[in-house]
Amino acid sequence: MEFNAPARNNLFDQSKIVGKSTPRIDGPLKTSGLAPYAYERHDVIPNQAYGYIVGSAIAKGRIASMDTSEARAAPGVITIVTAPETKPVGKGMANIAPLFGGNEIAHYHQAIACVVAETFEQARSAAALIRTTYDRAPGKFDLEKQKPDAPLAPGDDKKPDKKTQGDFETAYSKAAIKLDATYKTPDESHAMMEPHATIAAWEGEKLTLLTSNQMINWGKNSMGKILGIDPKNIRLDSPYIGGGFGGKLFIRADAVLAALAAKKAKRPVKIALQRPLMANNTTHRHATIQRIRLGADADGSITAIAHENWSGNLNGQEGENGTLQTPVLYAAKNRLTANYIATLDLPEGNAMRAPGEAPGHMAFEIAMDELAEKLGMDPIELRLRNEPKEQVPGKPEKRFSDRNLARCLREGSQRFGWDRRQSKPGQLRNGQWLTGLGVAAGYRAAPANKSGARVRLDGKGGVIVETDMTDIGTGSYTIIAQTAAETMGVPLKNVSVTLGDSDHPASAGSGGQWGAASSTAGVYAACVNLRRLIGTKFGFDGDAAIFENGQIKVGDRTIDIFEAGKLSAEDAISFGKFKEEYEVGSYAGHFAEVAVNAYTGEVRIQRMLAVCDAGRILNPLLARSQVIGAMVMAAGAALMEELAVDKRFGFLSTMTLQGMKSRCTQISRTRRWYFWIRSTLLSRQ
Amino acid sequence: MRAFTYERAKTPAEAAASVAQSSGAKFLAGGTNLLDLMKLEIEKPTHLVDIQDLGLDSIEDGPDGGVKIGAFVSNTALASDSRIRRDYGVLTRAIVAGASGQLRNKATTAGNLLQRTRCPYFYDTNMACNKRQPGSGCAAIAGFSRQLGVIGTSDSCIATYPGDMAVALRVLDATVQTVKADGTTRSIKMADFQRLPGDTPHIDNVLDRSELITHVTLPRAIGGRHFYYKIRDRASYAFALVSVAGVVQRDDSFRVAFGGMAPRPWRVEAAESAIATDRQAATTQIFAGARPTEENKFKIPLADRALAAVIAEARS
Repeated sequence: MEFNAPARNNLFDQSKIVGKSTPRIDGPLKTSGLAPYAYERHDVIPNQAYGYIVGSAIAKGRIASMDTSEARAAPGVITIVTAPETKPVGKGMANIAPLFGGNEIAHYHQAIACVVAETFEQARSAAALIRTTYDRAPGKFDLEKQKPDAPLAPGDDKKPDKKTQGDFETAYSKAAIKLDATYKTPDESHAMMEPHATIAAWEGEKLTLLTSNQMINWGKNSMGKILGIDPKNIRLDSPYIGGGFGGKLFIRADAVLAALAAKKAKRPVKIALQRPLMANNTTHRHATIQRIRLGADADGSITAIAHENWSGNLNGQEGENGTLQTPVLYAAKNRLTANYIATLDLPEGNAMRAPGEAPGHMAFEIAMDELAEKLGMDPIELRLRNEPKEQVPGKPEKRFSDRNLARCLREGSQRFGWDRRQSKPGQLRNGQWLTGLGVAAGYRAAPANKSGARVRLDGKGGVIVETDMTDIGTGSYTIIAQTAAETMGVPLKNVSVTLGDSDHPASAGSGGQWGAASSTAGVYAACVNLRRLIGTKFGFDGDAAIFENGQIKVGDRTIDIFEAGKLSAEDAISFGKFKEEYEVGSYAGHFAEVAVNAYTGEVRIQRMLAVCDAGRILNPLLARSQVIGAMVMAAGAALMEELAVDKRFGFLSTMTLQGMKSRCTQISRTRRWYFWIRSTLLSRQ
Repeated sequence: MRAFTYERAKTPAEAAASVAQSSGAKFLAGGTNLLDLMKLEIEKPTHLVDIQDLGLDSIEDGPDGGVKIGAFVSNTALASDSRIRRDYGVLTRAIVAGASGQLRNKATTAGNLLQRTRCPYFYDTNMACNKRQPGSGCAAIAGFSRQLGVIGTSDSCIATYPGDMAVALRVLDATVQTVKADGTTRSIKMADFQRLPGDTPHIDNVLDRSELITHVTLPRAIGGRHFYYKIRDRASYAFALVSVAGVVQRDDSFRVAFGGMAPRPWRVEAAESAIATDRQAATTQIFAGARPTEENKFKIPLADRALAAVIAEARS
């Protein structure tokens, strides 16, 4: 099905199931521990051996020698795969350094060996007996030091990523009020609850990977490139994922080493990446340095915006681009955005929880607050004053499809009690705690990608949906079931959903905020085909028939859906170019009441409110969970998260969770969470 | 983890004798720290002597109106004991400020005193660490040292003793009771229990290798208002950057010990009389001779501010 024009009125405007608060259909499995995660799938493939990964002890250089004799003789050891004895594997999507093989070391804790043994404990014990020596090479580990020489990153069409409109320098120099501020954000780790984990099994040429991956089709093709085999011979299965956050978009060392080790051991091998390796072996969010300059008239109209961003990465290419949201946010005639990237020998940077936008937006919104203070203006007023009209300020060739940021801010200010805010700091005190109110605008692009599904009738009134879409805790199972139930006119309990299997039709997967919109549209497309197929079987027009309550009504005829027998249809949704003329995104007004200890400076969040403009809400209960989850992550990022860089040895210091400043709530328990989601017509776009 | 043998001793003296017999032996109590370190091969005992059957799991009246706490009493049991809560509130507050409910259920009184540092370079076996591997150097001094010690440290080691419970025990003038392999016993004041690193940072405390902690005793209750103020990078499940255990009397006299600052709970009794009248002079005296790094020098003013918060709370 082609989606080639803005949507008109459709089935979902009268929906009975989609758009309703429905508990997760997979909830009981998860809360009772019965949902099998990758490492726990003992029953699917028998005779699994345990793999244990050894990470490099240096950040840059070469392996000079590796002695595995003692480890090979250790109890229970089946085999050991070593990097020096293995040709570097190919690179899958977004892999910068090879995930395994050769003597070169590109970053700390890069995998250099994998011990396979009868038990996990034996593998771990033997891994400690591998003796490796290195020739250490000097590396670049300090973003601040590399910043002056960092070139512009490759942007659109690989051109240097610097965009200008009007004349920023002149407008800024003439501005009545000026702000010039630099913000820094640290490296951050996903540290998801379920580590990267894979069980690999070979049957002749065929490789099965029971794994934890957000993007099954990318993973299957990447694995083909990495191992140099035909992706047709690879099956990925990832029905449950214990957190992804962008860190499981791509194939990582667990899958590669499980495959290599299983081949060598001639039996299935399971690997869960050890927690101490997660920060440095996998991908993370790179640190940024951002300079923001704002020029405004005395009435708060912004005349000049410059946002420059510096980050680093192993290949000097894909960095953490903090300027992504800036063209979309506020009106100003004179603009400059530039994104610079240094080459660093630190572990690979990649997508994490709104890559670029999260640190970039944070910095820009702080700059707006600081400008408001210079202007002596209310921070909400300043944002409303500079709210753009139809055109996207930094991309004048585009129009907004739908934008309700101003309404989110106004609605939120009322609900939150913004009028109690004191513009002068330190006025509200409760015991040792000074409290204040803050606001920020929120924006995140809302892309949609091609997504396919298969929908089957079981001949007994049940509908089965099969797609390689994943559920990373977001609720994909449930919204897909709702979509199929709505379109096929059957009760929700009659729908079963199978996800994450690469033998199913390829979906958009879970990432970049495209998952829900794309995958449910793909399921809708397959359902429309199935309705047509049923129509053909009975001699009616499937598009015109009414499917409801397990029945199909055509004129005077009523057919029970089980009468259609076993039928199967497949389709994918794909999106036409019409979208390129529009800026499609979601918006939010975020409010927080924060307390600061007058003696120690400790910070506690007391209340938060998010007012979201997020398009058609498929399931308000799940949307609420997502918004609250995102607010908790934001609190973590704002108050706690940091991977400290050891600039001498080139590693991200956080060997285990005990030293990690991570997402644990710094939020007082006595106060309520508030949130509210505004449903708009964005999804019609 | 290396292979090891395991034994459950029947009496304290027998447990000590067992450990004395084998050079690679260690006592095992709750295991919440030792087993983790064994998995990382930071600790490599060849024999473990489990002390759970020694009958050291009760809280009793001590001599002179104090309290006698068995070595195997769990942190949860100790913190929730009604007499401890009533008369030694600083101890309950310190214990519940640490770890998680699950860990406190398993962790013991003696084990908590013996827990090892949480310095990231101690944990990463790729890095030099004099505490883990004597003579290998210290990667922490010029490294990521935000969490590490500012006083009582040496050129060999800037690790801290990470726990909370011991800080309260220090302010309460607790005593550690032990038994040796030959059956002799001794009492060690909390003030003397943990060692400063000097050039032998691998030795954390004054116990002989086979000396077993049997009890911790608290003197008669001293009354006053009890405080434990812990500041950390996240509000739960984190070790202290700075903590203050304080007991404040009606006459505005103070007892104060600091955690997160040093290789042992840091208390300078001589400075305590100045706290009520000139807090900053007191903290200057308490931290005289401190040698912080660029990354952790914030701890000294933060400790002073934390004490200010405690004083304000005490007087409110």
